[in-house]
Amino acid sequence: MSLATSIGEVRTRLANRGVDWTILIWIALAAILIFIVVNPLARLVLSSFEVVDGKGYTIDNYFAAYGRWRYVQALLNTLVMGAGVAVLSALFAVPLAWACARTDMPFKNFIRISVLAAFVTPPYLGAVGWVLLAGPNSGWINRAWVALTGATEPLVNVFSLGGLILIMACNLFFFIFVFVTAALELVSTEMEDAANVLGAGAFRTAFRITLPLVYPAILGGVIVVFLQSLALFGVPALIAIPARYPVVTTQLWQFFESPVRVEVAAAYAIPLLGITISLLGLQRWLLRRKGFVVVTGKGGERRITKLGAWRLPLLGYALFVCALSVLMPMVVLVQAAFSRAWGRGFSFDNLTLSNFQFVLFEHHGARQAVFNSITYAAIAAFFAISLSLCIAYIVNRKLLRFSGVLAFLCMAPFVIPGIVLAIGFYAAYAPPPLALYGTALILILSFTTRALPISYTNSAAGIRSVHPEMEEAVRVLGGGRFTAIRRVVAPLLKRSLVGAWILVFIPTCQELSTAIFLTGPNTRVMSVLMLDFSEEGKLEQLSALGGVLLVITIAIVALGFRIVGRDFMLRRIS
Amino acid sequence: MPVLTLNGLGRAFGKVNAVDGVDLRIADGEFVSLLGPSGCGKTTTLRMIAGFIDPTSGTIEVDGKVLSSTKGSLPPEKRGMSMIFQSYAIWPNMTVGQNVAFGLTLRKLPADEIKRRIDNILGVVKMTHLIDRYPAELSGGQQQRVALARAIVVQPSVLLLDEPLSNLDANLREEMRFEIRRLHDEFKITTVYVTHDQAEAMATSDRIAVMNLGKIEQVDDPHTLYTRPRKRFVAGFIGRTNFVSGKRDGGTVRFDGFSVDADRLDGAARSGPELLYSVRPQNLRLSLGAPEGGVIAVAGEVAERTFLGEHWDYVFAVKEGGARLRVSAPAHDVHAAGTKAWLAIDPALMVPID
Ligand SMILES: Nc1ncnc2c1ncn2[C@@H]1O[C@H](COP(=O)(O)OP(=O)(O)O)[C@@H](O)[C@H]1O
Ligand SMILES: [Mg+2]
Repeated sequence: MSLATSIGEVRTRLANRGVDWTILIWIALAAILIFIVVNPLARLVLSSFEVVDGKGYTIDNYFAAYGRWRYVQALLNTLVMGAGVAVLSALFAVPLAWACARTDMPFKNFIRISVLAAFVTPPYLGAVGWVLLAGPNSGWINRAWVALTGATEPLVNVFSLGGLILIMACNLFFFIFVFVTAALELVSTEMEDAANVLGAGAFRTAFRITLPLVYPAILGGVIVVFLQSLALFGVPALIAIPARYPVVTTQLWQFFESPVRVEVAAAYAIPLLGITISLLGLQRWLLRRKGFVVVTGKGGERRITKLGAWRLPLLGYALFVCALSVLMPMVVLVQAAFSRAWGRGFSFDNLTLSNFQFVLFEHHGARQAVFNSITYAAIAAFFAISLSLCIAYIVNRKLLRFSGVLAFLCMAPFVIPGIVLAIGFYAAYAPPPLALYGTALILILSFTTRALPISYTNSAAGIRSVHPEMEEAVRVLGGGRFTAIRRVVAPLLKRSLVGAWILVFIPTCQELSTAIFLTGPNTRVMSVLMLDFSEEGKLEQLSALGGVLLVITIAIVALGFRIVGRDFMLRRIS
Repeated sequence: MPVLTLNGLGRAFGKVNAVDGVDLRIADGEFVSLLGPSGCGKTTTLRMIAGFIDPTSGTIEVDGKVLSSTKGSLPPEKRGMSMIFQSYAIWPNMTVGQNVAFGLTLRKLPADEIKRRIDNILGVVKMTHLIDRYPAELSGGQQQRVALARAIVVQPSVLLLDEPLSNLDANLREEMRFEIRRLHDEFKITTVYVTHDQAEAMATSDRIAVMNLGKIEQVDDPHTLYTRPRKRFVAGFIGRTNFVSGKRDGGTVRFDGFSVDADRLDGAARSGPELLYSVRPQNLRLSLGAPEGGVIAVAGEVAERTFLGEHWDYVFAVKEGGARLRVSAPAHDVHAAGTKAWLAIDPALMVPID
């Protein structure tokens, strides 16, 4: 056989196998990402320049959005609040992370589980708990204070900047905890031993050596907490409005009340986007100046620090944080859920199951909302993971050129607050020809976009853990790429995909800040319904519905622990 | 008939020529090693043979059929080859038996034939009793045996191995290289073996191709390669050596500190006036008195010495010109540093270098 015919044969065979399929896949994935990521973002930016109810472009929306001092004040308020939340979260999280990761403090597992519980409790539910605890007149703390001291003034008032900061920190300090724990577990004890040998005690070593080494993790956590706190809607809706402390998200909400001014809302949201991007840039810049190469994961054992006399004080602090963030709100929420009127306290004749009966059987929308929350979140988590898995595979195996762009698009929603995204989704999907407003699809699409970053991070980690040679071994033995994926890659990824699905499902199931803008009468989800209950003053029913949500969440987490192992929720998320 | 042929094979990554015009013919049933320092392009060559990387120049043929060219390549799954990876790539979700059966099931062999072949090959690699274990429950050496069994059981046209022993500890590595050679003797599969370890290549191969900077420097059987290296790189990479450069001056060749009749030196008549020779430390003899009997005698002194247990490593400083030569001497041959001594060089053991 001549050379030319052999080459010809190879080429025909290649053509028969469809070499160009890769281009088709690239185009398909790119199209999907453009539809669910680029389009909403572009619409957001575009609509901030659109003439209200008209054609053409203008800068007027920005003047409308920032022309009044009240609106500027809300932005400044938000930054103050975010800074407060970030600082308080660090004060909560860093000592607990150090205590749990590196010391012989007792009950470490209990503390870990409480921190996890603080996170899986939706922030607006925590806020309701704190309203019951620290409402100015009837809150439990104030009633106890009045009863004990005979004072006439309440001790604490949750409807204040301090209350806002505390409630947010109680939910968000989890991020710093996870980041710092992961980093601390990598710092070799030899680093600490070197300081001990030179005469430094346990605490001096912790402050001078250990914590500076994990400074990047602390910084990363603080920034994530700051950004998350700016983006929360539920807590400000419950706390900041009564406290007369307007913030950006509540202000955005007002732009959406009639007359709906989407264009002004978009213009008002753009600075939030700017803040997010510049903070992430600042983080990179700060971390570039110093080497933090010590966190290698290798080199030496990791021993725990003996606290001695400090064991109990540290445990006390940890329990104090857990009491603020979970135990106390949980107790009053459970009490309210089983009460006829929560204010009547823990008495036998106040006990009832009617709240659960109400939300599960009587209220016409509640059962539907529970069902909606679960199905939307399940479907969106499935979409997000399937899509990000394809992209992670293509990026990792370098199957396509420019696949890095796809990866970037998957991560892009991470830097955009949910409430800002909601405006983009509204602008992208609500007008004709899609006219999706009020349908389930708009929520599922939005949830999918919101879930992409976490999905992608997890999928990429999973794919990275499967050595390419595992697949190549299939191929030399005569299996094609799809055989390799089906017989080797998929079975190896099964566990981590289940873990990722759960990790995406839980926050999506509780999602409020995009849902609130996009739900219609038939597509309410639990979070939106809870907000309605609180406006109607139905705190007992709200607590019962929150209980239902928590039971579902806990069941899913427990399932995850069974399938994937204990660690899966305490991994770094970004 | 040569079964596997690389014709001017090259691969560039951007501006880097990872593989640069490699020509190699490997006969049916032959065991050939690609030996060279890290980064010289061995893996790239091997992966081009397997079909994972497309060449940017040249072709790969098997039995006269072009498998890879710049115009396109047959995908790996169509080549009927086998490969053993540096990471072993044993699938952790399958048992030993399932791993080994995998290639056979893809070939749609009947079940009893598959079972017979698996039993046979697991017997050969002494893993029969571990057939139902999962890879996580195996030691490194056992995983290596599974990888071998999985690759051989399909009776590939070519077997490719990429540094298969580099993750094993020293004892096991020695055991496994005999194992690999034994399997080759038993099944006679055409084999390309990539390694940076010369002992491994020597122990296993029929021929060794020494690679450097993407090019093949020399291809020969291990003994020839060691005793008659033709390139400076080869002489230096395989074992240790001394290079001595000389100038032809009429009928004699003048080196630093000694001269030799040109007709007693291999290759001295053929090339130009500038000559380079390699002479191994083991082929130099140190003595207190002047050596006799047809060898070149060079006066000088012992400049440095290191005792390595199995032998002495001396550095001999030549009196005239001050050239320094390494000399290997048996343990009982003790000379203090600074001793005036003689060096005996057998001109027959001086190997000309291109
Ligand atoms: N995918 C790649 N992209 C860019 N450069 C590569 C790639 N693969 C290998 N190289 C480069 O090609 C050269 C040869 O690599 P390799 O074949 O792996 O060497 P060896 O296996 O002999 O150590 C090295 O310089 C390496 O950096
Ligand atoms: Mg290599």
